[in-house]
Amino acid sequence: MHPLISDITLGQFLPGKSVLHRMDARVKIALTFLFILFIFIANNFPSLGLMVLLAAVSIGLSGVPARQYLKSLKAVVFVVLLTSVLNLFYGGGRLLLQIGFMQIRTGGVVNSVFIAVRIISLILFSSVLTFTTSPTDLTDALERIMKPLKFFHIKVHEIAMMMTIALRFVPTLLEETDKIMSAQKARGADLESGGFTQRIRALIPILIPLFVSSFRRAYELAMAMECRCYRGGEGRTKMKSLHMTRLDGAAIAFSSAVCLGVVLCAALLPSVFG
Amino acid sequence: MSEIILETRDLTYLYGKDTPFQKTAVDGVSVSIRRGEFLGVIGHTGSGKSTLIQQFNGLLRPASGQVLLDGKDIWDEPRKIRAVRFRVGMVFQYPEHQLFEETVRQDISFGPRNMELSEEEIAKRVASAAEFTGLKPELLDKSPFELSGGEKRRAAIAGVIAMDPDVLILDEPTAGLDPQGRDQLLDQIVSYHRRRHNTVILVSHSMEDIARVADRALVMNSGKAVMLDRIDRVFSRRAELESMGLRVPQITKIMSLLREKGYPVNAGVLTVDQALDDLIPLLRKRGCIR
Repeated sequence: MHPLISDITLGQFLPGKSVLHRMDARVKIALTFLFILFIFIANNFPSLGLMVLLAAVSIGLSGVPARQYLKSLKAVVFVVLLTSVLNLFYGGGRLLLQIGFMQIRTGGVVNSVFIAVRIISLILFSSVLTFTTSPTDLTDALERIMKPLKFFHIKVHEIAMMMTIALRFVPTLLEETDKIMSAQKARGADLESGGFTQRIRALIPILIPLFVSSFRRAYELAMAMECRCYRGGEGRTKMKSLHMTRLDGAAIAFSSAVCLGVVLCAALLPSVFG
Repeated sequence: MSEIILETRDLTYLYGKDTPFQKTAVDGVSVSIRRGEFLGVIGHTGSGKSTLIQQFNGLLRPASGQVLLDGKDIWDEPRKIRAVRFRVGMVFQYPEHQLFEETVRQDISFGPRNMELSEEEIAKRVASAAEFTGLKPELLDKSPFELSGGEKRRAAIAGVIAMDPDVLILDEPTAGLDPQGRDQLLDQIVSYHRRRHNTVILVSHSMEDIARVADRALVMNSGKAVMLDRIDRVFSRRAELESMGLRVPQITKIMSLLREKGYPVNAGVLTVDQALDDLIPLLRKRGCIR
């Protein structure tokens, strides 16, 4: 596949049979949100340490190789570096280094390490979710979670259906783009050289066929859905309904215990932010 | 000029290199394609035939091995790979999906324009490419999206023929056409080949199509080039082909079964007419017919 395309990693789901893969997607989403919230409740190293431990346990249970997690961290390396460098200059304590008018104090170092660990664990938690949950399960679970919004006349089912269709067609469209690019390159299209405007212009022979085929696919899909009497979410049942099991109960209990620990540490021990 | 126009040496291509999904799509292929021949490439889905041909014009770069065009490695100067693509024209499957210009004429001139030819030369090439593919002149000023399915396909093929390539590769050009459209298109490709005397490579999984038009056939199976021979010789190896999931034309199968029963008929019969030439004397000799 063309390098431009293989670089885009969408749909990060890595199929497996681990404990986390078998968990109910709704529970996974809810717990992930809870963990992210608690990363921000944690305000000292013991409480943050508990969250890091929880992240380590989740990674271990996910059965996904550590290499994959490192890859997902690589994408945010710049953000982590930038925020921790900026945080170096904020905070009191003993003076460590003076660069011109800027001072680095012990408090700043602690801050920057703390923030870096926070961001990294945030990414790790969300990676655990996306690595172990298939996109269809994710949208299914979101639909279920958003169901109360129906009260406000929000078309939850339609939104979920659109998300499912969009996700479903990402690989198809990537493949299509790849094919069209090859076909135009075979006719001498030059995609790699030239200035900015020239490169934009070179995209026209790729984008137009891609639009045309997206519309064609959309029409075909709409037709196929209508042929199978699709008429929205009203009264629709699921082939694979989500089920909570004892496993989910155990996960909720364990996570609650850790979160309780985080709250206690945060409340009883001194905060790093003074 | 040597007899060989395109040659591969121990060509290997990997998909998903260095990932758990690594797969050898083309595995040590060494073949020679003769100048001016009509070569059919046959293989089951996933046999590596499409991957192989995409290396002929440098759309894919081999993991190892060489592609020689007129004896020169096409990757000697990677910056000049476009020149190779103009010499080795490639028509993809469902080529009508690549149309993008406002008029058919402009779309066909996309290739020639990339070659930086003069306007005069471009106009000439568009006209002759349209003629070769049987595209009516009045269609040239229409939008490509107004054409019928068959016309779109012709317009897209014309877009490659207009580059006047020395080697023309067509990947499943008849896919999705009705039988009549398929026959017409194949006839047009054959007559183009006869008039231009260039090399044509036709990829297909239809043995009937290959039998009708090609001089020689290359058979691909799980990434390897297993046969490259005259078409009747290839088709006479029915049992081997069938073990690769390839079905020989029905008439070839009947004749081959007769031969196995001990009747003196040729092994690589491709058409009903050839079969009649074999069978009528046989029946006469036995007194079944006069």
